[in-house]
Parts: sequence; C-alpha cells; structure tokens
Amino acid sequence: MNFNRNTALASSLALVLGFATPVFADIKIGSTISETGPASFLGDPEAKTLKMLVEEINAAGGVNGEKINLILYDDGGDPNKARTFATRLVEDDKVVAVIGGTTTGTSMAIIPVFEDAEIPFISLAGAIEIIDPVRPHTFKTPHTDRMACAKIFEDMKKNGITKIGMISGSDGFGASMHKQCLQIIGEYGIQVLADETYSPADADMTPQLTNIKSKAGVQAVLNPGFGQGPAIVTRNYAQLALGLPLYQSHGVASDGFIELAGAKAAEGVRLPGTALLVASLLPENDPQRSVVVAYKAAYEKATGKPVSTFGGYAHDALRILVDAIKRAGSTEPSAIRDAIEGTHGLVGTTGTVTMSAKDHLGLDLSAFRMLRIENGGWKIVE
Amino acid sequence: MIMRPSNKVVTLVILAAIILIAPIFFPSSYYFRVGSLIFVNGLAVTGLVILLGYAGQISLGHAGFVGIGAYACALAPVHLGLHPALAAILGAFLSAVIAFLVGRPILRLKGYYLAVASLGFGILVSMVLSNEAQLTGGPDGMPVPELGLRAGLKTIGIDLSNTEFWYALSGLVLVVGAWLALNLYDSSTGRALRALHGSEVAARTVGIDVAHYKLQAFIISAVYASVSGSLLALQNKFVTPDIAGFLHSIEMVTMAVLGGAGSVFGAILGGAILTTLPQVLTVFQEYEQLMLGLIMMLVMIFMREGLLPAIARRLRGRGE
Repeated sequence: MNFNRNTALASSLALVLGFATPVFADIKIGSTISETGPASFLGDPEAKTLKMLVEEINAAGGVNGEKINLILYDDGGDPNKARTFATRLVEDDKVVAVIGGTTTGTSMAIIPVFEDAEIPFISLAGAIEIIDPVRPHTFKTPHTDRMACAKIFEDMKKNGITKIGMISGSDGFGASMHKQCLQIIGEYGIQVLADETYSPADADMTPQLTNIKSKAGVQAVLNPGFGQGPAIVTRNYAQLALGLPLYQSHGVASDGFIELAGAKAAEGVRLPGTALLVASLLPENDPQRSVVVAYKAAYEKATGKPVSTFGGYAHDALRILVDAIKRAGSTEPSAIRDAIEGTHGLVGTTGTVTMSAKDHLGLDLSAFRMLRIENGGWKIVE
Repeated sequence: MIMRPSNKVVTLVILAAIILIAPIFFPSSYYFRVGSLIFVNGLAVTGLVILLGYAGQISLGHAGFVGIGAYACALAPVHLGLHPALAAILGAFLSAVIAFLVGRPILRLKGYYLAVASLGFGILVSMVLSNEAQLTGGPDGMPVPELGLRAGLKTIGIDLSNTEFWYALSGLVLVVGAWLALNLYDSSTGRALRALHGSEVAARTVGIDVAHYKLQAFIISAVYASVSGSLLALQNKFVTPDIAGFLHSIEMVTMAVLGGAGSVFGAILGGAILTTLPQVLTVFQEYEQLMLGLIMMLVMIFMREGLLPAIARRLRGRGE
C-alpha cells in the first residue's frame, strides 16, 4: 500500500513544482487558444502557426535583436478557463501582449482582463462585438460576419437577385451572421422571403429546404453556418434540385467543405473566402500573393497538413504585433498598443490591414474574394 | 462517532485558516484567481455532497442550476433593474423553485434512471441558454454587470484588487456554505438523509418521508450550485452557456467523488485538485489530458471512497 502514499506525495510535489516554473527575459508574448475541445479545428492551426512563426522569427535573429518567448496555453474552448489563463499571462507570466481568444465566447470573457491591465490583445474570433464599440487595448484580425454578408449581398445585387431564402445554423457563428446579415440587408434592397434555422447537430435539413422551395419568388438561398451543417444543407439542396444559386458563408471556406458536401453537390456554390484559400490562383500582380503563398508553403512544410483560414488569422495577428514592436522600438505594452493602432498597409493573409483609433480591425471588403466551386475546386469570380 | 461535533469545528477552522494564510505565499495575484475558482467550485461541490454523499442521490445536471444562477446575475440587472447581489438571490430562489418542480418527478427514479433524467434537465437548461439568443446572447454569451461591492469597500478604506476581492468573497461564502452543510449533517434532516442513503426501505419503515427528504436535499444542493454560478458570473463579468454544459456537471460530480463525496472537506479538496491540476499540468502541454485521466484512474482504483476519507482512514489505522 506504499504505492498510494507515494502517488499522493508525487502529485502534491507536482503541484508545488508546477507553480514555480522559472521564466526568462526576452519579449514575452502570451496566448490562450482552444487547441483542444469543440473549437479545436480553429485553435489547432492557430497554435501551430504561432509556434512555427515564432521559431522562424527567432531563427532569423528575433525582433529588434530580442528573441520572442511565446507562452501558449490551451483553454479547451472554455471561457472560464481562458479567463484564468488570461489572468495568469498578465499577472504571473508578465507578458507584453496577447494573441488569442479562438472563439467569440473566450475572447469576450478575457477582454476585461487585458483592458484592466492595459495590455494589448489581438483576438482571433469573428464577432463584431469584439471591436465594436472600440476598446483601447483590443484588436482583432478575422473579418467580421457583417463584411461577409456585405460581400455576398454585393454579389447578389450584381446578379439581379432581390428575393432570397435563408437557412441558418443556430450555433454561435450561424446566429451571429444571421443577425448581422439582417441588419444590413436593407441597404442592398434584398428581401428575405423564408427564414429557416437548423441545429448544428441536425443530420437532415430537407424539411427546412422544402419550406424554402415552396415559397414563390425566392431567387437564391443563403446559408450562414459552419461545421458539418452547411455540408448537409448543400447535399440536401442538390437532392431537392432547387435549381437556385446557393450562397455559403466564409465559415466553410475550406477544402474540407467540398470534401464533406461532395464535389457534385457543391458544384456552383458561391461563397466569400480569403486569398489564402486560392493562393495559387491569385494573379501575379496581386499584393497578397507573395504573403499567402509563402505562409501556405511554410505551414504545409512544417505541419504536413493543408493550410486553413484560421491559422491565417494567427499569422496576421503575430505579423501585426511584430511589426508594431519593431516600429515602437520598445516592448512597453502602451507603446506596442499605440503602434498596433498605427498599423498601415500591412499585407496579411486576410487582407491589407490599416488600423486607426476608430477601427481596430483595419480590413475592408477587398479582403474577401467571391469564390465559386467548380469541378471540386475553387474559382475566383469577379 | 462521538468525535463528530469537534470534527465539524476542526474542518471549519482548517478551512478558514487555509483561506486566510494561503495568500501570504502567493507570488502574484493570479493565485488569487485560482483560489477564488477553487472556492466557487468547492461551494458547488459542497452542495453535491449533501445530495450525493448524505442522501445518496446522483445528479448529472447540476450545471443547469449553476447556469441559472449565473444568467440570473446577467439578466436580472438588465431587464428587471435589480442590483446584481439581489439578482444572485433571485437566481438561488429560482433554482430552488425549479429544483422543486423538476425534483418531484425525477427523484422517484433510481440509479442510472435518475442520472439520465437529471442529465436531461441539465442539457435542457444549456439548450435554452444557447438558443434563446435574443435574451441570452446565444452561444457567444453576454456581459454581467459589476457587483459594485469592491468600490463600496474602497470608500471605507479597504482597497482590494479585483482578484483579491473575489478571493475573499468566495472564500467567505464557501466557509458559510461548508458550515451550513456540516450543521445539516447532524440535524434531524441530515440523519434522515443518511438513513435513506443506507436503505430506503428501512428508512421508510421507521417513518421517514423518503420523497420529502430527497427533494429537500435536491433543492438545497441546487441552491448551492446556483450561488456558485452567480459568484462565477459576477467575478468573470461575462457568461456563456458553457457554464451550464454537460461537461461542467460531470466535472462537479468528479470533484465530489475524487475528494470523497461523503465529506465536505474532502469534496472541497477534490474541487481544489481538479481546479488546479489543469493549471499545473500546462508544463506537460499535450499530455495534460492524459495526466489528468491517469491521476483520476489511480485515485479511483486505489482510493475508492475518495482521497480524503482514504487518507484519513489510513492515518487512523496507523495511529491505533
């Protein structure tokens, strides 16, 4: 029975030791990301990207002659855990800036920590609430759902579509985008004739789509959502032969979506995506081409996995931060904050970033490319 | 068992002493945050001790009550204009009413059936919180107003940082909660609960209203969970439906079982271990989940009644 006592002893020793991990100088950048848990498909490429880029930067001599020390925690997508790690980054690890918050929930939960401590924070989550209203120390890199809506509606308008049906996921992403779309849809003179929802775990959306099909006058269907939902919608859509243009959101802008929905069912689906997704299709003179091609090649070499938009968000966040530290010539959080706000014309994977005191995102609609799925691949329309 | 009353005092004194003395060793205010999380979890788990340890009834849906307490603090100040502290009380009251309504039918069930029914309740609450987006902000969550007590303390000369304040407040609530739970153990209700835990048939034979006492334990533990949810929401100033999620329910039961479901101090210890372990295990990076599982398995295999009772028994055994 000695074993029991030893186990207890060992675990209590681990407790003491774990709290006393030594830390070294250098530029300390913190990060709390959902590497595991339900949002891991977002967080995993983000964490891999950060690790890869920090290694790359340090190998090239660091920033202003100093090495970056990346302190990365996995919050598992739990906002409460994220909040604890955020406190730890600020109070215990004494980082100068933080990248993270994979989901809107975790981001919103940790913003107060950084605002109180006056540490610059670059979120990797989608919702517009993160930067609107503008908080002095909070920035973000992913384009908002509202911009995706605007891009889609522009394309609809160009194609003379004025009456649409919507089928939205009831998860965080779907619900948020649904709301944002309805807020701006009036500006484009488009009407929603049918408004359906599905739960992210639903396995069949035929009833909702049948409802939309039976509504007279619908010219196109828009499906805000991510994960498997939109793939099922796309399959059911093809089965029901609605014969109308189907618009998906940027939430499914990945090769995985075509695979999941099947190339045949996905044929002709339109969606707004980033330059990263179509890196090799970009024209030579595209300002983003060199950036996205380089990132894609480096990521795929380092991880052996296909590059994803979400990793691109982390790429841009780190580039913005490193650029700001260089320009500030200092690692004071307040100086870094000011420099981030002064980011001008920085080319990232999501677009060209120009921030200001009123805009802590710094992207415009050109950040999105309207894409169409053709023969199981992407095509840029425009 | 003549030692019982002094045991109660000893438990409370040790608990209070740990809460008071620990901050001396805290190198940074991050440890206050971890401490306050331990107390908040400890409070919810103390409630479970009453249900699980005293009365022997399982609930896999208690995060539902945590969610109700948390969202009461987020919603009542906005929609009813209530002070956040009153909102927490409203949440506790609401949890009690819901526990009464839900408890009546589901506590007739036993074993797996009770576990599944309570699980269903917890999932229902988290579904409502996720789907009623216009009210709750949906899966992205919503902000919670400031309690305002810290500013009040400042005016009378007690200036605490945010994390220190929440450490102190949740520590205080935990001591009160533990005191109430320990008192309950020795009361006639506590005796009735323990009797029905031993054998429902025997308890009924000696005239104990089994359904009544089970329901009572369920309601009390629901109030504990609700208060812990309120404390968590107020301290985070932000709440998402994850707080009411299935995993949180499981986590609470695991804390109780790990530490020893029959003992208040053991359950708090279990809560403390499961709250700090993920923080400690960050040094193991990818192996964190593996280590957590390993520790759980070792405890379950070698200390079936939970950490504290097993250690206490062994120490006693050696002394005699």
